[in-house]
Amino acid sequence: MTTRRPVAESLFTWPDAPLRLIGSECAACGLVSFPAAPDCVRCASAESKERILADHGTLWTYTTQNFRPPSPPYDGPESFEPYSVGYVELPGELLVEARLTEPDPDKLRIGQTMRLTLVPYAVQDDGTEVMTFAFAPAEEETP
Amino acid sequence: MTEAVIIGVGLHPFGRFPGKPALDMGAEAVRLALADAGVKWPQIQGGYIGSYEVANPDAIVGRLGLTGIPLRGVFNGCATAGTAIALASRAIETGEHDLTVAIGLDKHPRGAFAADPSVAGIPSWYGQTGLFLTTHFFGMKINRYMHEHGISHETLARVAAKNFGNAAANDKAWRRTPLSVEEILASPILNYPLRQYMYCGPDEGAAAVVLCRSDQAHRYTGKPVRVRATALRSRRLGAFEVQSPSFPVGEPVDSPTVDASKAAYERAGIGPEDVDVAQLQDTDAGSEIIHMAENGLCKDGEQERLIAEGATGIGGRLPVNTDGGLLGNGEPIGASGLRQIHEIVLQLRGSAGARQVPGTPRVGYTHLYGAPGASAVTILST
Ligand SMILES: [Zn+2]
Repeated sequence: MTTRRPVAESLFTWPDAPLRLIGSECAACGLVSFPAAPDCVRCASAESKERILADHGTLWTYTTQNFRPPSPPYDGPESFEPYSVGYVELPGELLVEARLTEPDPDKLRIGQTMRLTLVPYAVQDDGTEVMTFAFAPAEEETP
Repeated sequence: MTEAVIIGVGLHPFGRFPGKPALDMGAEAVRLALADAGVKWPQIQGGYIGSYEVANPDAIVGRLGLTGIPLRGVFNGCATAGTAIALASRAIETGEHDLTVAIGLDKHPRGAFAADPSVAGIPSWYGQTGLFLTTHFFGMKINRYMHEHGISHETLARVAAKNFGNAAANDKAWRRTPLSVEEILASPILNYPLRQYMYCGPDEGAAAVVLCRSDQAHRYTGKPVRVRATALRSRRLGAFEVQSPSFPVGEPVDSPTVDASKAAYERAGIGPEDVDVAQLQDTDAGSEIIHMAENGLCKDGEQERLIAEGATGIGGRLPVNTDGGLLGNGEPIGASGLRQIHEIVLQLRGSAGARQVPGTPRVGYTHLYGAPGASAVTILST
């Protein structure tokens, strides 16, 4: 059986269900942040509370990554497969940057509905898959 | 307040110089600028020097002369050289010095910049999962801009073809092989919609500028170039900026380029309609297009027609990046903005040779933009 772990703690709820991104909300002015931020960049308050973010949004913009990023910091596989990156607008919350599951730019469209999912972006030497969050076109099934 | 004027400029070629330290390139640029100004190093009373790779760029005095002057290191990402010229000007304006120098030098390894995200205040997962690339931002920003303002892929290629063409007439430029729109559009996509020949690359080079009080300029030159305004701005909350894991929803907020540009025009008492020649941060072809509008030089979307008409070419109504820009010269970060100043000074003196803008350009404009959302603008005039 494949072992899986998240790339970082407190970034998303998985392995608890349902999958959501974990952000924060300023206790003073309500500014929503991701990843969770202890200090507010709008009002400088140091008080915040956890906020579980929406798992759907619209694609605001995107690009592709067609070459292997410099390592470090990238720790994905040596055998590089191009991927896409975009900003997804979570209505009333924020725009979040994420990997997209669809690598073909011709199959992406600004304004399309996107759904939060997970991707195993790297595999460790012992076979453990490292999971990070990503957005998929809403009409696609989870891989 | 005294005004600062530029009396000398010097440029070490940009490119690759195996075995040659950055400090040596910087010293050569300074010597060229001193000779251009008719000034000897011991007359210089202070200076500002910027570099990304050299930890102590002020060590350059070991190549130039140990005269004991204050030489202050500055670093502001891609806005480093704009900061150096601003502070050197300020030292004249406030009366601290009569003669100053701004110096930029760098020597980057090949390939895309690699860095530890934590030094940029970014969590490590962002870099591990392949999000920490500045090139993503440029791809995403122009993709949305094209969607909103009807800019075509051909226009991206025309910008790159223009800049490589201008670089071909510049013996200090790195990429001097002209490329056609078709060749550029046939190169591989790196970050959609941007292709290989639409990006600049990190390289090596140095530049220096000598400044003095305007009331003393006649001692050195008959063609001083006035520093009418310098402005630097950082990002505001809500602006879409490089290396942002997220940003707030709501009304769009202007980029620091817009903020710096407005501040510079206001301080100079010069409007965008007065600009005769401009040097804009063209990290990629899309950036040049966006920066034309962000610097007030056209309206959003007008670039499609302007570029098709050749308006930004050397013979056009608004020549942009006459020396080849970053696409043609590459980006040694510390030196890049002083290369822009060097070119504007040549243009305003009428000594740019094969690249000379026709007529008599009187107002020149330079602009830098870089991580984590910083912009520097300088307005120069005869
Ligand atoms: Zn707040």
